[in-house]
Amino acid sequence: MDEQGFLEYVQSGGQVETDDWMPDEYRQKLIKFIEMHANSELMGVLPEREWILRAPTLQRKLALTAKVQDEVGHAQLIYRVVEDLGKPREQCLADLISGTSKFHNVFHYPTRTWGDVGVIAWLVDAAAIISQKALLKCSYAPYARIMKKICWEESFHILHGRDVILTLMLGTDGQRELVQEALNRWWAPLMMFHGNPIPAENDPVVQWRIKTQGNEEARQQFLDGYVPQIWELGLTVPDPKLRRREDGVWEYTEPDWDELRSVVTGHGPMTAERLEFRRVTREETAWVRSVVLAEAA
Amino acid sequence: MTSVWEVFRQERKGQAFEHAGSVVAPDIAFAEAYAHEQYGRRGESVALWVVPRDAIHELDDFPDELGRNYHRVDGYSLKVKLKEARERAGTATP
Repeated sequence: MDEQGFLEYVQSGGQVETDDWMPDEYRQKLIKFIEMHANSELMGVLPEREWILRAPTLQRKLALTAKVQDEVGHAQLIYRVVEDLGKPREQCLADLISGTSKFHNVFHYPTRTWGDVGVIAWLVDAAAIISQKALLKCSYAPYARIMKKICWEESFHILHGRDVILTLMLGTDGQRELVQEALNRWWAPLMMFHGNPIPAENDPVVQWRIKTQGNEEARQQFLDGYVPQIWELGLTVPDPKLRRREDGVWEYTEPDWDELRSVVTGHGPMTAERLEFRRVTREETAWVRSVVLAEAA
Repeated sequence: MTSVWEVFRQERKGQAFEHAGSVVAPDIAFAEAYAHEQYGRRGESVALWVVPRDAIHELDDFPDELGRNYHRVDGYSLKVKLKEARERAGTATP
């Protein structure tokens, strides 16, 4: 099979296994895309981890701990896929810490209150599940297969997030305000989450059928699914231009794409602190890895 | 040294084991522990198979030089013959 034949094969829904022949460009695109996904799972637990000890009840502490365990588990599964494509996990972690590789924009921001924790588990995970569902038909089959398990676990997180939000909304005025303020902080990063509206035909990741929907399509699906759920709780979306047109398309204020570019290239408000935390814990746990490997040898 | 272990999971008693994914581990004890955490934590499996990747031998070449279609469903095209047989017996629906 040549490159053109391969492209036609994947575009018509064909799937590829680890040992199958694939063009180098496809392999490189896969590694970059999947590695960023794994990095995001690993970095995504840090904003939530900060709240485990401060969560309001024992039940909430346990639920949050379980979510953190799930996300780290996802990182492990996804790094496995990258390793089989040829990039060792140690290299992925080194590139993450040195800032050579990227992770999702939403994990570069601070979690100021318990309201932020609810908004992250509900709406960030909702946005993520939309992207991840579009990977269930990924042309690279090993990635598509683990996505089944990941999507299944993410649905628990959305439940947990909705429960946190509903509990706050049924509380005092102060608690409702906490949610509204968190939503105000998270709306802009959420609108950037699915990326700039690059047409699907110009997006190599869509052309290779690594993902099966375009950025704007994902964002529209998010707005369609979740804006009504936000409104029905009496919350306000902090965008005066937001409205659903007669034809079903959502209009919104153009997100600040320069901010997105700056954040994901390592200049977010929490980027340096969180990467430093990763670096320190990696050093502190080095002895565990060496003991495990020595004992098994 | 670590190596790769493939994990297969059974969702309910009596069902076929299905490939779930893989884990990297230094030995079988760690491989079992990782597989247990990754694929059995939420009651989604009743049993797991944990297999060293090297132990799996894949065959994917099934040539049919002799065209032995009597092994397959497409070797039996009953439709036309059935139509003729019905006409002959006078039971064909118009």
